[in-house]
Amino acid sequence: MQTDSFFSLVPLVVFIPLLGLLINLILGRRLGEVFAGVVASAATALSFIIAILLAVALGHSPQGVTIPFAEWIKIGSFQAAWNFRVDTLSVVMMLVVAGVGSLIHIYSIGYMHNDVRHNGDLSRFTRFFIFMNLFIAAMMILVSADNFLMLFVGWEGVGLCSYLLIGFWFEKGKDGIGNALAAKKAFITNRIGDFGLLVAMFLIFWNFGSLDFSTVFAAAPQVAAAHPTTLLLITLFMLLGVTGKSAQLPLYVWLPDAMAGPTPVSALIHAATMVTAGVYLVARSSAFYALVPAAQTAVTWVGAATALFAATIAVAQTDIKKVLAYSTISQLGFMVAAVGMGATVAGMFHLVTHSFFKALLFLAAGSVIQAMERGAHASKSGIEIDPQDMRNMGGLRKQIPVTFWVYLIGGLALAGLVPLAGFFSKDEILAAAAKGHLAVFVVLALAAFLTAFYIGRQIVMIFFGTPRSKAAPHASESSRVVTVPLMILAALSVLGGLFNFPGVSTLEKWLAHTLGETTNASFLWSVAGASLLLALLGLGLAWLVYGHVTHPQQKEQADPLQSRLGALYTGMQHKWWVDELYAFLFLNPYHAIAQFTAQPVDQGVINAAGDGLGRGAKGLGTWLRRFQNGFVRSYALWMLVGLAAILTYLVLR
Amino acid sequence: MSASLVVFLILAVIAVAAAVAMLLSNNTIYSALYLIMNFLAIAVIYLTLGAPFVALAQITVYAGAIMVLFLFVIMMLGAEKFSEKEPLRWQRPVAIVLGLGLIGEGVYVLLTRIGTQMLSNTATEAMADPKALGALLYSKYSLPFEITSILLLTAAVGAVVLTRGGKREEKQ
Amino acid sequence: MIPIVYYLALAVILFSLGILGVLLRKNAIVVFMSLELMFNAANLVFITFANYFKTLDGQALVIFVMTTAAAEVAVGLALMVMIFRVKGSIDVDQMSKLKG
Repeated sequence: MQTDSFFSLVPLVVFIPLLGLLINLILGRRLGEVFAGVVASAATALSFIIAILLAVALGHSPQGVTIPFAEWIKIGSFQAAWNFRVDTLSVVMMLVVAGVGSLIHIYSIGYMHNDVRHNGDLSRFTRFFIFMNLFIAAMMILVSADNFLMLFVGWEGVGLCSYLLIGFWFEKGKDGIGNALAAKKAFITNRIGDFGLLVAMFLIFWNFGSLDFSTVFAAAPQVAAAHPTTLLLITLFMLLGVTGKSAQLPLYVWLPDAMAGPTPVSALIHAATMVTAGVYLVARSSAFYALVPAAQTAVTWVGAATALFAATIAVAQTDIKKVLAYSTISQLGFMVAAVGMGATVAGMFHLVTHSFFKALLFLAAGSVIQAMERGAHASKSGIEIDPQDMRNMGGLRKQIPVTFWVYLIGGLALAGLVPLAGFFSKDEILAAAAKGHLAVFVVLALAAFLTAFYIGRQIVMIFFGTPRSKAAPHASESSRVVTVPLMILAALSVLGGLFNFPGVSTLEKWLAHTLGETTNASFLWSVAGASLLLALLGLGLAWLVYGHVTHPQQKEQADPLQSRLGALYTGMQHKWWVDELYAFLFLNPYHAIAQFTAQPVDQGVINAAGDGLGRGAKGLGTWLRRFQNGFVRSYALWMLVGLAAILTYLVLR
Repeated sequence: MSASLVVFLILAVIAVAAAVAMLLSNNTIYSALYLIMNFLAIAVIYLTLGAPFVALAQITVYAGAIMVLFLFVIMMLGAEKFSEKEPLRWQRPVAIVLGLGLIGEGVYVLLTRIGTQMLSNTATEAMADPKALGALLYSKYSLPFEITSILLLTAAVGAVVLTRGGKREEKQ
Repeated sequence: MIPIVYYLALAVILFSLGILGVLLRKNAIVVFMSLELMFNAANLVFITFANYFKTLDGQALVIFVMTTAAAEVAVGLALMVMIFRVKGSIDVDQMSKLKG
């Protein structure tokens, strides 16, 4: 069958979401909530279908193709066009983004229906879907880009959408400004990362003369031999961009705060798609990293350290979404470490499976939160109960069974229990670590243990035991439009391991067409067994510690770990005071400088100079005005004075 | 000390005295009359300098016509006495200082820088010939002559228009 | 025969007296008369040099100055009359509407 014609459909993956956006913009408000939600979800679903068609076409010609679309920049020797790159790597990303994205869109119809009523502004429903479609379009631009410049356009676009969606309820949040501050934090932290990516792009252009992937990666070996430091700098600056976008150390601080946005946003952007853009970037540039071992080490250790660091924080959090946020950071650390070690396929595999179960966990958490809101409303507890605080929950598996089961599946997948998806992807990463980088392996194994522990803790605290507040017993299940996507994602979490089942290695063969000879995404049964043991250990420990501490009205009682771990626990609970450190080191001095420049410098000096000029002119005018007294004789006198002066001068000369 | 010098000195003293008297007099009519005396003295000086036509023109036009016009207007408006309060405090002292300074300066410059080498000439027939003056007026200075005549016409018409317009307003 | 600087000095004195008159007197008509005095001083200089260089140009110019002075006096006095009609006085200090 002639499938190559499918390739020309690729611009539609960007433009159909844009069309959906336009339709919602013009007609959405008038035609109601259901219409807006259906249009947006259909647009994303259509993108998904097109991605499938592209995948089918690639099956026949797997080496990929570049579809030219538009001329963009042509200045002297610099050319950057808007071309679409259809190869196995980009199509994998497209499938993930559009597939998970469309499920989340459908979920959002039900979720936002409740959320706009809970927050009191029904007219904002359409705006949400407009932003979401914009995000899908931008993400598609990112993954289908053929050169660094278009990638950067998409990179910035998703950053913008992240800002818009985090601050969706911009007037709410702590002190009426908390959400807006979180959005600002995300944008600015991302901006620091973007600076790194930009510098890397400048260096690439300077040394390679072009920004096209094909040109640059083909010429990489020569440049590496001629200027090894340049390539090191390029990769390190790119790493800075990755730490910003994919929330690694040290620029991860925006992601926990980003939980201020609605839950579907957290699921789509901050679990499944935007944050994976960094991993995608490193995977795409694997040609660079393969040539600079020092950069590879840097990337690996950034990822591994982040994985462990974030896992420790997740253990002590009480907000349901914060646990998942730190879990995301930790899992991204796994992915980054994987691509750093050269196990690009393992990293991409984990990206795919993680998007399934993390999106599932977030969406299910959203369902839990809304169930708690309904419970609070029903029991008239009102705003005293924070529906996101896990200490208020307990025993919810009786109230919201569907959500419980999908959450359990997602949690176990995250922990890495066989035969769920997380098991296979995580163990491929651990196997790659065990093969060459033992220290990294130890760190990642510890992080995996903590992963199992904190997710077990979360599940026990929410669903088992007895309710700890008045709202919990009255929680009720969410509607079908919410639970059905959850079930689909749960199914994907169960079956996701098939994408790269050891031995069959579908994904590895698929990606090899683009990435070339990568490290074998191997699977060591010994490593797998050990990690499975660790996971079971973690879950069991969580059950032991938390399974018995759930009496009613005992929210004030300290977390059982507090007594056992003491100061260590306090550190974990306070996120190791990183935000405070950044405030002390960077934000406060910057504020002080800005304040100084604004007050004494701008107001005092510059304004005063301007005002002084005005006042001086006015004063001069007032003084000069006294000469105009209307008396002709005094005018004549002044003329005479002048005459006398001139004459005197001429005489004395 | 030649006779012409004595004559000149007498005339100069008369002229200056008349001028000072004009300035100091409270009565406007007396000021006008003093000015006429000044003009007459100057006219005689013109005579000694060999310009009889100009001298007579001075007497006729200046003393005869212009000063008479002045006298008409003075008498029409009434010679007034104003309050002696000077609204501009520094006016009088500064003006006097400057005026005297100018005089002193001018005379000093003249006598020291220019010196007394250049001497005037005795009046001769050739200098005083009205025929030659007329020829000059109508040949070299014909354009200024014509313009001056237009100027006079304009002045006459203007004076009439100015005063007549006011009359009409008053009637209304 | 007489050094011309004497004539010039006389002219300077008369000119300065005219200036003093303009500055010191408040009666507008006296101011005008001082102006005439200044004209005369200038005329004297013209005639002096006409005599010294033995040309008639100076005298011709004096004729012109006189006619112009006449015209100016005519118009000026007409203005004085109008101002008197409006303001009731010819005090120079009272005509200060151009005060800034």
